[in-house]
Amino acid sequence: MIPASFDYIKADSAEAAVAALGEHGDDAKVLAGGHSLIPMMRLRLAVPEVLVDVSTASDLRGVTDAGDHLVIGAATTHDEVVHDDLVRTHCGVLSHVAETIGDPQVRHRGTIGGGLAHGDSAGDLPATAVALDATMVIHGPGGEREVAAADFFVDYLETAVGADELLVAIKVPKLDGSWSWNYQKFGRVAQAWAIVGALALVNSNGSISEARVGLTHMGVGPVRASATEAALSGASTDAIPQAIEDAAASAADGTEPPSDLNADADFRRHLARVLTRRALEAAVAN
Amino acid sequence: MTTTENPTPAQQAASDQGELNVGRTRLRKEDARLVTGRTNFTDDIRLPGMVHMALVRSPMAHATINSVDLSGALEMPGVIAAYSGADVADMAGGLPCAWPVTEDMVTPEHKVLAVDEAAYVGDGVAAVIATTQAQAVDAAERVLVDYGQLPAVVDMKTAIEDGADLAHSDLDSNSSFVWPFAMGDIDDAFDNAAHVVEREFINQRLIPMAMEPRSVVVAPMGVSGELTIWSATQVPHILRLMLALTAGVNEAQLRVIAPDVGGGFGSKLNVYAEEVLALVLAQKLGRPIKWTETRSEGFQATIHGRDQIQRISLALDDDGRIRGLKVDLLANMGAYLQLVTPGVPLLGAFMYPAIYKMDAYDFTCRGVFTNKTPTDAYRGAGRPEATFAIERIVTEAAHELGMDPMEFRKRNWITHEEFPYEMIAGLTYDSGNYEAATAKAMEMFDYDGRRAEQAARRDAGDHKELGIGISTFTEMCGLAPSRVLGSLSYGAGGWEYAAIRMLPTGKAEVITGTTPHGQGHVTAWSQIASDALGIPFEDIEVRHGDTSVAHKGMDTYGSRSLVVGGYAVVEACNKVVEKAKWVAAHLLEADEDDIEFSGGTFQVAGAPEQSTTMQDIALATFAAHDYPEGMEPSLDSDATIDPENFSFPHGTHLALVEVDTETGKVELLDYVSVDDIGKVVNPQIVEGQVHGGLAQGIAQALYEGVVYDDAGNLQTGTLVDYYTPGTPDLPNFRTDRTETPATTNPLGVKGVGEAGTIASTPAVMNAVIDALRPRGVNEVLMPASPRNVWTALQTAAANGSAGSGDVQAADTTADDAGADGAQADNAGQAQHAAGDLDSTDSTNNGGAA
Amino acid sequence: MQVNVTVDGTEHSNEAEPRQLLVHHLRETLGMTGVNVGCDTSNCGACTVHLDGRSVKSCTVLAVQADGREVTTVHGLATDETTEEGWHPLQRAFHEEHGLQCGYCTPGMIMAAADLLGQNPDPSEEEIRDGLEGNLCRCTGYVNIVRAVQSAAAAGGSNGGGNGSAPATATEEVSA
Repeated sequence: MIPASFDYIKADSAEAAVAALGEHGDDAKVLAGGHSLIPMMRLRLAVPEVLVDVSTASDLRGVTDAGDHLVIGAATTHDEVVHDDLVRTHCGVLSHVAETIGDPQVRHRGTIGGGLAHGDSAGDLPATAVALDATMVIHGPGGEREVAAADFFVDYLETAVGADELLVAIKVPKLDGSWSWNYQKFGRVAQAWAIVGALALVNSNGSISEARVGLTHMGVGPVRASATEAALSGASTDAIPQAIEDAAASAADGTEPPSDLNADADFRRHLARVLTRRALEAAVAN
Repeated sequence: MTTTENPTPAQQAASDQGELNVGRTRLRKEDARLVTGRTNFTDDIRLPGMVHMALVRSPMAHATINSVDLSGALEMPGVIAAYSGADVADMAGGLPCAWPVTEDMVTPEHKVLAVDEAAYVGDGVAAVIATTQAQAVDAAERVLVDYGQLPAVVDMKTAIEDGADLAHSDLDSNSSFVWPFAMGDIDDAFDNAAHVVEREFINQRLIPMAMEPRSVVVAPMGVSGELTIWSATQVPHILRLMLALTAGVNEAQLRVIAPDVGGGFGSKLNVYAEEVLALVLAQKLGRPIKWTETRSEGFQATIHGRDQIQRISLALDDDGRIRGLKVDLLANMGAYLQLVTPGVPLLGAFMYPAIYKMDAYDFTCRGVFTNKTPTDAYRGAGRPEATFAIERIVTEAAHELGMDPMEFRKRNWITHEEFPYEMIAGLTYDSGNYEAATAKAMEMFDYDGRRAEQAARRDAGDHKELGIGISTFTEMCGLAPSRVLGSLSYGAGGWEYAAIRMLPTGKAEVITGTTPHGQGHVTAWSQIASDALGIPFEDIEVRHGDTSVAHKGMDTYGSRSLVVGGYAVVEACNKVVEKAKWVAAHLLEADEDDIEFSGGTFQVAGAPEQSTTMQDIALATFAAHDYPEGMEPSLDSDATIDPENFSFPHGTHLALVEVDTETGKVELLDYVSVDDIGKVVNPQIVEGQVHGGLAQGIAQALYEGVVYDDAGNLQTGTLVDYYTPGTPDLPNFRTDRTETPATTNPLGVKGVGEAGTIASTPAVMNAVIDALRPRGVNEVLMPASPRNVWTALQTAAANGSAGSGDVQAADTTADDAGADGAQADNAGQAQHAAGDLDSTDSTNNGGAA
Repeated sequence: MQVNVTVDGTEHSNEAEPRQLLVHHLRETLGMTGVNVGCDTSNCGACTVHLDGRSVKSCTVLAVQADGREVTTVHGLATDETTEEGWHPLQRAFHEEHGLQCGYCTPGMIMAAADLLGQNPDPSEEEIRDGLEGNLCRCTGYVNIVRAVQSAAAAGGSNGGGNGSAPATATEEVSA
């Protein structure tokens, strides 16, 4: 179908976008890659009066090395994240997850900032961001502020980004060689969203010094399997296989997963446990 | 013939130059435009002065329409007109159902726009005409409809209970018809059976999903009164007749064109409200009108397929011989009877006995109205449902008797010496060889090796189980002898028409009444006519899909085009050759009986120097300076062929799946099909038809299923939620053929369009259940999604029923069947419950904004 | 708004409402038929074109977002460099391997495949299947589509098509 009419503002910079958002407030939506927003507009489930297009704002694109972390512009496409040398070298898990998003055409347009700011817990990036302890850089009328990923996802399709603000960058930590990772994305068909996803990040030097697990589509926002993480910390080399099996059993503890056509909450909890175990096993095997 | 060992099609085509065309791959003539995008799909058509139509559709499954206020829409920019159901009620009659299967069949009035009551989500309520499509859509949103919600009928079993809510307020019940059929002494078969196996299967509702959405353009030709209709349809000829009857237009003034049509699979075998509306409104406004559905609109407003509850039971002897078969169907009509809605389950009625011999057969089908999108023919139409049920239950029977499922089949199938064979439902199978197809398939598949692999994996305790599934299917297609269709109360015949126009240069035009939409008729008919006329493949043009070119035809569905339409091409060509022979004899001053025709050359027997060619005769006949006394100066000929019987392709399909018992995920690892479709005109096209058919049948088994919630809202409303498989979701199929020629047409061909779809669903589902049987599972709801597999595993675990190969006595099998039914019901409730909840990703595609 | 876009090597300048999708701009405003609409949720890929050389779903790009950029469609895929008798190797391979039936998905499928081969000239079967996951076909079961891409890769079809030349003239009688 055809979207309802709207006014189009092409923002060449974050500053320009924020100015436009300040002017139009709740009537405006930010357009980046458009792969969530435009279909919703075509189905007329979203009817914004103003679109602020940030997809070509040059200060929102690209990856820079900031010492112990990388700064990724919000309008950097998934495809760019997949292939970016800095990301591949220092945060390979993010490249890997980005490659599981949508399909090639979607990745050529869809952006990392859009995938996070849309706040869909079924998306692959939110769980990745919380597992990475990423930091979101938000630009508003009063300048920039930073929000930890853990505080960024507020509710169903709702993030900490205000109506007059723009997510401009994501800071992700550099992971050294002691980290290994795996993402288990479980869906109905290749093109589909994850029914559940489990991202495991393991820091080990023989024994596990730290494990992090981010879960996709297990709540209104992304969640960390904190009981699993705690149970794994300090597991010695020999004990890792058993520790993973035991720890994964608590992966769904405290989650309130949604029910939909593909899974009720019980099945989602079950999948979270299985996929967490597999992700951890694959991660430590890497 | 194993495909992987073939030379490339291009090499094949090149090396075969000069040979007969039929039986070898010729690359498709159709492709040149399609691969370069120079197409003429209906939505590609733009006419001067053309305006656009948008429909307002009911958001409620069942509601009274208290008022329709068009004023807001009429004030919108670009709006030319707007109509409520009441406004157009007098312009056209109801949409037709051409298959009154019983004399007392109940047919709800199906107006082109609902007037007093909307009966499903998507039922048209008002139409808006505007200058641009965007304006039409904008204005349609301003139509205010006051609905009064009525109870929605969504569940078939509930619908047929006494005192059930009604899908149509003006009907007495939700039952459309009851259609019984019986052969042999069924009571004797069951009363004296050593074992009875009974099951209830749910054959879920599907969306056909042709890639090209439906579209129609109607152009009124001014004062002449002539109307040209371009429609994305499989049935221009049927559409022309039905539009004439429905809209009260002189049939002679209607020209229907099916231009490039992007797939159909039955969904475009219909007469739709939008076609009638576009016609009557274009006539009224005197301007061309276009309407094209959006995909999500089509999910509501284009017919669905399948949707049956199948209660089936087998009576067996101790040694596994089938004595009798009982089938009791509930078939979901949806809200209205479309063109052949009630006939679809009855096309399956004759196919439940399949390839098996038995003493008695009893079938009953009840058509049930619900407040859902109407069902109608979807690839296979009735036969996939029948084949699924019989191939599932013979597998269950083998298991209960402790037999290998292939051994059970062999014990019961018709052997090749027995053809022609009159089977229990009264059809005469003309030819076939189930043993040969099965032997080839089992060898290709390495059946014994795979069984060993399966056992080894089980012994190792792997949580990923292997499963092997069998489908030894047959089907009836080529619909069909007209008198048989008449006896089934079908509204039309089964004949087909072809004509040959010989041009002065020796080229030929083949006119066909069939209407291809991807099947490659242009290429295949060229091959047939090239051989029959003895002129080059390249010198033949095939014309189709336009009622002013082929004035008659029965169009394309039911795997009928080659077996009936190709046959008609052969007969029309033969008539041309007979006339040409007459001219040749005259010109060569020989007796007609002495003229021999071969490879395009006519020669006098025994005098090879005295010869002429088809091209020379075409020119001579055109000039008409010297032709036989008593002959018209024309070689042109036509033929209308009514087949003497259906066509009965068959085959053996084997599937290997891996089921992850921890997650419920099923992966199809290997699929082998050996089809016997008789003689083959173009192997490459045949293989393509099989591939596509397999994909759709496998999709029913693993991926696709329509879900409505309790209020009748379509939950799988877009491609985000309706899982049509993509490239990574299907394996590389391994296909091959055996060949027993059909005896009922001169080409020896059987239909192939639906075979893959009909065969593959039970092959895959049998494999899924084969994988899980040691874990106590003997039924999984389709599609075998992770959720449905996991639910089946949970239910089996709760029942604590370890699977066993033990022979079970007849009196215990009823309990088993009861358990199956309970499982199915539970899972069904789970799906309904899920439907109530928000699907969090209902509008997204896996990418980020 | 004014949209200046180069399509298959030809510059076009037209008015477009902000809400007009690129696919509708190509079809309705420019009259192109080699870009089809098969869904409304960015799933089917029938509308796939190249935007500045990379595959995109033109139903999920606004026409105004293509302003100042280059679009390549199936009409312009075959260029002097990529052409053999008027066809790009992928077009030829789809024909020879019977990688199409109704042809509705074909332009988008070919454009997606062209991008894939541009990035990966010698893909495995799995890489081909993954690379085409954004394009649905309902006729072929994908088997011959995969074969076609393999065959085109073998024939050097990685030349992903240019933005430079006018639509090529296809040879109608290629099967002879």
